[in-house]
Amino acid sequence: MYPRWLWPAFALPGVAWLLILFLLPFYAVVGVAFGSVDPILLTAVPAWNPLDWHLGWVIQVLSGLKPGGVYLDVFVRTVEYVLISLAGCVLIGYPVAYYIARHASRTKSLMLILLVLPFWISYLMRMLAWVNLLSPDGYVNRVLVSTHVISQPYGFLDGKSSTVIWALVYGYIPYFILPLYASLDRIDRSVIEAARDLGASPFRAFLHVTLPLSKIGLLGGAVLIVLPMFGDYYTPNIVSNAPTTSMIGNQIDLYFHGGPQPTIGAAITIILSAFLVVLMGYYMWTIHRASRELRSL
Amino acid sequence: MRGWITNPWGRPRFLPVIAWLYLVWSIVPVLIAVQFSFNTTRSTSVWHGFSTRWYWGDPVYSVWNNPGLRGALSQSLKLAAIDVVIATPIGVMLALGLARWRGRGSGASNFLMLFPLVTPEIVMGVSLLLLFTQLRPFTAISTGTAAQILGHVTFSISFVVVIVRGRLFSIGREYEEAAADLGASPTVALLRVLMPLLTPAIVASAAIVFAISIDDFVISQWLSNGPNTTTVPIVIYSATRGQPLPSTNAIATIMVLITLASVVAGFAVYRLFTRDERAQRPAAQGFADLGL
Repeated sequence: MYPRWLWPAFALPGVAWLLILFLLPFYAVVGVAFGSVDPILLTAVPAWNPLDWHLGWVIQVLSGLKPGGVYLDVFVRTVEYVLISLAGCVLIGYPVAYYIARHASRTKSLMLILLVLPFWISYLMRMLAWVNLLSPDGYVNRVLVSTHVISQPYGFLDGKSSTVIWALVYGYIPYFILPLYASLDRIDRSVIEAARDLGASPFRAFLHVTLPLSKIGLLGGAVLIVLPMFGDYYTPNIVSNAPTTSMIGNQIDLYFHGGPQPTIGAAITIILSAFLVVLMGYYMWTIHRASRELRSL
Repeated sequence: MRGWITNPWGRPRFLPVIAWLYLVWSIVPVLIAVQFSFNTTRSTSVWHGFSTRWYWGDPVYSVWNNPGLRGALSQSLKLAAIDVVIATPIGVMLALGLARWRGRGSGASNFLMLFPLVTPEIVMGVSLLLLFTQLRPFTAISTGTAAQILGHVTFSISFVVVIVRGRLFSIGREYEEAAADLGASPTVALLRVLMPLLTPAIVASAAIVFAISIDDFVISQWLSNGPNTTTVPIVIYSATRGQPLPSTNAIATIMVLITLASVVAGFAVYRLFTRDERAQRPAAQGFADLGL
């Protein structure tokens, strides 16, 4: 009923916008990373023609990732922080999502509202809240001192890895729980009852039925928080602000905002993107498949 | 724990405790931060009594009187409003196009639309910054408000598409086909059948775009060019790294209220518009209203 050209024409402005302001900017990063640096002004001289590209900066950063290299510590620390925070999110998030999806009955809608509330509270506000709480005379230190757990206020905000991980878990866990909750909520109760009827112990039923059925939500939530965590620089800056807790994102931030070295910053950005592209591809594939199923309904 | 393992149909006892502890933990720190926005003294960690000093009382540092804070608030609202106006129509059209266009390039366009949702913000920030500072002719834009708007629209479009497309699939094509059978031209079918059905999703996506734009920190920061283009999240970020005053908590509280208000309003409108569908009344009712 509609003319054939109509739908591509509708898509055109959006596709053009994303091509120019999302895809083309990557080319700007590539041009700067594979370009050169003005020897006197120290500014970036981008190379737009692929024939002029020289790989020096990217190779320099890559060699910094080898044992003994300058970026190895930061890279290892980033991976550590992200994996520990992810583990924290799973350990806290799975029981919470499981309870709300499967057992909360009367209180379910209230719990759901509280579950999505942090989504709409600015990330920066939630970090500010912990800066207030963890400061030397903040509530946390006063409770710990008055209960004699510690004798003097503890410097939570003085470059402690544990504080950064705590803040990362606090910051990202809402984005992990929600997809997990959705996948647990979709599980048909009768399949679990069937497993029980067929003689599976409750634990086995959980292990062989519930857990595999929540796999998509678990992986989806994990990828959803791991990607932004790898690019995070503001969380360590806010709750620690010490070089001993800096992540890859801080390194990029430093090369752009700390000194005139955008070329190395661009090279790190490219390597980080290449590292994350597998995760991004996996996640986009699952969304793509889900929307395909939706369309075929 | 043991009791639950042996009898999972009984009420699990440790699970509700964990769930409620989590919910309290996720909300209470923010409530405490809101509390300190009303402190009488300069402290953001010791409570000395209630006042509205940091909202409007203090002649220098209150949100109302401090030019930096006021400017940040208006910059945030300006970016969000313009973002909604630009991103919503582009996103709605893209959603329609991607949902129904079958042909060369449609698959690739779909992937292109999903990409901004999974790209770490710092990567987007770096690439837009380099686009506006290195690649001619975009260097004419440079950093500043215009660049911030372009950046915000770029990450907002995909959110609109996802929301509107979900609604599009749940509506199906029957209504438009019925309208066409009854003699409606494509224009009429589109504007008087499909558009009213999409309205709740369009309003909801506009509200969500407003909220994510207000809350955005990374893109705003990378594309800002100084005090005139500072937004509320940037103010909070810089303040936490120095000595935060309760006025920081106050402006953060205002921002949270604006975000929540826009999301709740969007949700309420969505519920209101889809009320008939939930009441299971015949959706064909809509055609009678059209007078076809």
